[in-house]
Amino acid sequence: MPPVPEPRASFWRRFVESRNGLGLLFMLPAAAFLLCFLTYPLGLGVWLGFTDARIGRAGQWIGLENYAWLMDDPVFWLSVFNTLFYTIVASVLKFGLGLWLALLLNRHLPCKNFFRAIILLPWVVPTVLSALAFWWIFDSQFSIISWVLMKWGIISQPINFLGDPWNARLSVMAANVWRGIPFVAISLLAGLQTIPQSLNEAAAIDGATPWQRFRRVTLPLLTPIIAVVMTFSVLFTFTDFQLIYVLTRGGPVNATHLMATLSFQRAIPGGQLGEGAAIAVAMIPFLLAAILFSFFGLQRRKWQQGAD
Amino acid sequence: MADQTVTDDHEGLDQFESRGRKIFLVWLPLACFIFVLLFPFYWMAITAVKPNAQLTDYQNHSPFWVVGPTLDHIKYLLFETSYPGWLWNTLIVAVCSTFLSLLASVFAAYAIERLRFRGARVTGLLIFLAYLVPPSILFIPLSVIVFQIGIFDSKLALILTYPTFLIPFCTWLLMGYFRSIPYELEESALVDGATRWQILTKIVLPLAVPGLISAGIFAFTLSWNEFIYALTFISSSENKTIPVGVLTELVRGDIYEWGALMSGALLGSLPVVILYSFFVDYYVSSMTGAVKE
Repeated sequence: MPPVPEPRASFWRRFVESRNGLGLLFMLPAAAFLLCFLTYPLGLGVWLGFTDARIGRAGQWIGLENYAWLMDDPVFWLSVFNTLFYTIVASVLKFGLGLWLALLLNRHLPCKNFFRAIILLPWVVPTVLSALAFWWIFDSQFSIISWVLMKWGIISQPINFLGDPWNARLSVMAANVWRGIPFVAISLLAGLQTIPQSLNEAAAIDGATPWQRFRRVTLPLLTPIIAVVMTFSVLFTFTDFQLIYVLTRGGPVNATHLMATLSFQRAIPGGQLGEGAAIAVAMIPFLLAAILFSFFGLQRRKWQQGAD
Repeated sequence: MADQTVTDDHEGLDQFESRGRKIFLVWLPLACFIFVLLFPFYWMAITAVKPNAQLTDYQNHSPFWVVGPTLDHIKYLLFETSYPGWLWNTLIVAVCSTFLSLLASVFAAYAIERLRFRGARVTGLLIFLAYLVPPSILFIPLSVIVFQIGIFDSKLALILTYPTFLIPFCTWLLMGYFRSIPYELEESALVDGATRWQILTKIVLPLAVPGLISAGIFAFTLSWNEFIYALTFISSSENKTIPVGVLTELVRGDIYEWGALMSGALLGSLPVVILYSFFVDYYVSSMTGAVKE
């Protein structure tokens, strides 16, 4: 702090001792950072979407031209389809398998903490590095999966995992689900552990079957957490970039391009910053929908707890 | 955590299940899950130490095992590529951005949660929304900004941009921790004449140490794993981070050196995995904490 002249010292003191002044001061570093590197870029991104900026050249305002161009671009629409398909299928699988895993772990098991610890590993390891392992597993000639299936006599030649459009889509999805299950499972497990066992026991004494206990007791109490966890999961799946970039780079013939990878492709190697930014901006409405969904999930939670 | 989770650990209804049924319904699926979740790591590790001759020769050697493991790939990585440099870069970037973010987040979280200045609630909500803004829509404008302020292709570019996703996360997490510290402690300190600064450093922070550890190691992992910014903002080999370096420099041409690639992936994962193994509970609490608030 620079030395402050005497008459202003009292003002400074009053400022620092007031709630609002000190609050403002404490918020300053975080707010400055986020304004410079988050809010401003967000605005700049929207603006770039309306320009024809290229790498190394500031853009001219061209209105909706980028969007008009994208409207007629079959690759863009393919990427929108891929993104939605990828997000929906992968999220549903992650939710189903994650919930199943959480329910398994919620039982009385020996070494429960150990299981919990190793299950989280796929989530801790850098995605790019685990994706490299998947790349090797999905190799067109030396895939270990093909080898095992051939050994068992199920298939006669190696599966072309990443070379065929639908195989590639399913393969990247499998890798995404693999990486996402731990997050869903561990978060839902935390939610399950807040549900008292006595509720389940009371329902069992009243003659409820295991399915009824799950459907009528566990699931309603878990709904708010499911809403939040799945919002995060959907958000991260929708904006996924790393897995696709490592495994297929959007290929074969753009069959696995997501909006994020297409936007990178056009903007950085392709140099069309404006067009790339427009694709990124086109993701925002979908993200907003996901956030609103989460918001209403949270609202419902409050209503359930009787807070308001 | 903010609200101590009620863990109900008694056996409950499980005790009425027969052993056979339990093996079939619990242990079998659990074993399948664990096998699938861990197999890629096993495959990564076994490939990393396989001699080249056995790597693709599935006829004469079982692919699941290795005869005479070798350290050649790892040696090659450490002495003939820029790998050690990337490791160092990743470490520097992760430590600096984590430190910066924690510093900013502690103040922000304390201000929002405890000073309750005018607009604190709205600020808290905005921080949460900031957490939801994904890097995939920010990297293009950020690359323009990074280029304009002249830090393109430097570690500083990453150190300054990583806090965009670290600060919202850490602030959100720390707000939860601060909320769990009783107001009375602060009130009595205020009555005894402590300043806000003293309250923060002498009372709140020591009590929030678990929260700081959680936020710190989590932020470290997030920055270690970050990819898209590092891919976009860094172009020269000596400034690359591990994920970018391994992917862009070790993958060359059509013949993939799977041994070197897998040992690169293995070595690059080890630091976070080791950190994780020491702080499992903190990880779990920060992951679930961010969701539960």
